[in-house]
Amino acid sequence: MSNITDLKLVELVDKIKKKELSSIEVTIAFIERSKKSKKLNAYISENYENAIKKAKIFDQKPDFKKKLPGIPIAVKDLFCTKNIRTTAGSKILENFVPTYESTVTQNILDEGGIIIGKLNCDEFAMGSSNETSYFGNVQNPVSENLVPGGSSGGSSSALAAKLTPATIGTDTGGSIRQPASFTGTVGLKPTYGSCSRYGIVAFASSLDQAGPMTHDVKDCSLMLEIMSNYDTKDSTSVEFKRENYLNNLNENIKGKKIGIPKEYRVDGMPKEIDELWEKGIKIIKENGGQIVEISLPNTNYALPTYYIVAPAEASSNLARYDGVKYGFRSKGENLIDMYEKTRSEGFGDEVKRRIMIGTYVLSSGYYDAYYLKAQKVRRLIKNDFDEAYKKVDAILTPSTPSSAFKIGEKLNDPVSMYLNDIFTVPINLAGLPAISIPAGHDKKGYPLGLQVIGKAFDEQSILNIAFALEKNISFKNNITDWWIK
Amino acid sequence: MTIDLKTVKHISKLSRISIDDNKAKKLGKDLNSIFSFIEKLNQLDTKNTEPLTSIAETTLKLREDEIKSENIREDILKNSPDKNKDFFVVPKVVE
Repeated sequence: MSNITDLKLVELVDKIKKKELSSIEVTIAFIERSKKSKKLNAYISENYENAIKKAKIFDQKPDFKKKLPGIPIAVKDLFCTKNIRTTAGSKILENFVPTYESTVTQNILDEGGIIIGKLNCDEFAMGSSNETSYFGNVQNPVSENLVPGGSSGGSSSALAAKLTPATIGTDTGGSIRQPASFTGTVGLKPTYGSCSRYGIVAFASSLDQAGPMTHDVKDCSLMLEIMSNYDTKDSTSVEFKRENYLNNLNENIKGKKIGIPKEYRVDGMPKEIDELWEKGIKIIKENGGQIVEISLPNTNYALPTYYIVAPAEASSNLARYDGVKYGFRSKGENLIDMYEKTRSEGFGDEVKRRIMIGTYVLSSGYYDAYYLKAQKVRRLIKNDFDEAYKKVDAILTPSTPSSAFKIGEKLNDPVSMYLNDIFTVPINLAGLPAISIPAGHDKKGYPLGLQVIGKAFDEQSILNIAFALEKNISFKNNITDWWIK
Repeated sequence: MTIDLKTVKHISKLSRISIDDNKAKKLGKDLNSIFSFIEKLNQLDTKNTEPLTSIAETTLKLREDEIKSENIREDILKNSPDKNKDFFVVPKVVE
């Protein structure tokens, strides 16, 4: 048989159910490969021993009705996991051990999943390259010294390198879709309110959503089914009928109207991104879908809006890190001095930068000019999508304006780093679901992704469209195990 | 608009993050480049637009006021950087 770690999630589940593989075999296979892959720096915390124990327990009394029967999974270190250290990639939470479990990881555990470790990410999910993590850069398995994207960079790296059969990330402005695009994997940001935010270290509460990252669309459908539920512990969780996404998955897109927003043809976009987009359009047409030109006129204002709303919410959310009840504390001469030193030493530069932007736009005299203005523009951006969805069922765009870049390349230019999220940020502002699937390579051989954006709570449609695209593209990730020597 | 050093220091005070002059200068530069990027929003007329405060346009649900987790004091105190019996300890505030 081929390597266990080469199998996709749905295949692994199937083999365990057929008793062709045991949980312990699968768990050990992924742990062994993870141990050989330290060079990627994908993990912040390992939970190997505990996971092996759990796998043995599962095998003694296997429950094959579970959707993840004894399947090992590593998760982004932004999800609180009971008794497993949760750092959010920050020094300020370096030694934080949650006393409770996030709803999304609890859902995974309830379906028989086994947590094998916590994956690296940008500090408090603030970054697009995983370079802001206190625990160091993560390597993209596609090529040495290439960023894996961010903020879910440890997740995308571990998934693409086959250290975990599937993983979960969080997406505030593109943090699932952009790293998926950079590593040739699938990433889905669900509709705001679909997956519970309970127990996820908060960044920007009106934008944050958890979602699956997987090798293909089938695996993605299964993971979404497990992650998504109505949760009274999250006041913004939405009650709606959640589908059996995997069962309902089909590639028939005949008659579907797919919008192409003209504003996404940005100046200076590499030709290969445009060609990729054309390829997607061609596939939609060939499969009976209808292409409709649409306009999202306020697209250009999405990034500036995001860089007011997200830091503002972050500055409030991160006010809780004061060195008193948990986390890192520095010594101070008095209480205020202690707060200021704790936060100065405990947070990294990007986090401090965003807290200060947020504090400024919320401060007296500037609130109306910045924060209120951004909230109004956010309404205009959402209206754009509402208008478009009167004419189309879904929207097709590239996932990112370029492929993965080198580590260090954009570190000293925050605005250029922010521009990476130009195609993903508007979707968070409008609270919509979107999926990124690998669709080709650029001339350097780095993966590129296409994004399918859906109507609110219509994850099934974008999964189906992505499924049709995937079948016709037959993308192959050419990853050599260069980091295993 | 430019953010001067005095403003940077003021924001750092409000944010409860201490920074030295060197860092403040560097940060001032970053903030200016970010804010000149943000200024673009002023091109838009939003006089008659309602702000979007929440994407999930539902009112908050009420729930019963009941205790769901008990006897977790010990667990919670475990993460504290400084404690004394059942209390969190902070530097002296009252002389």
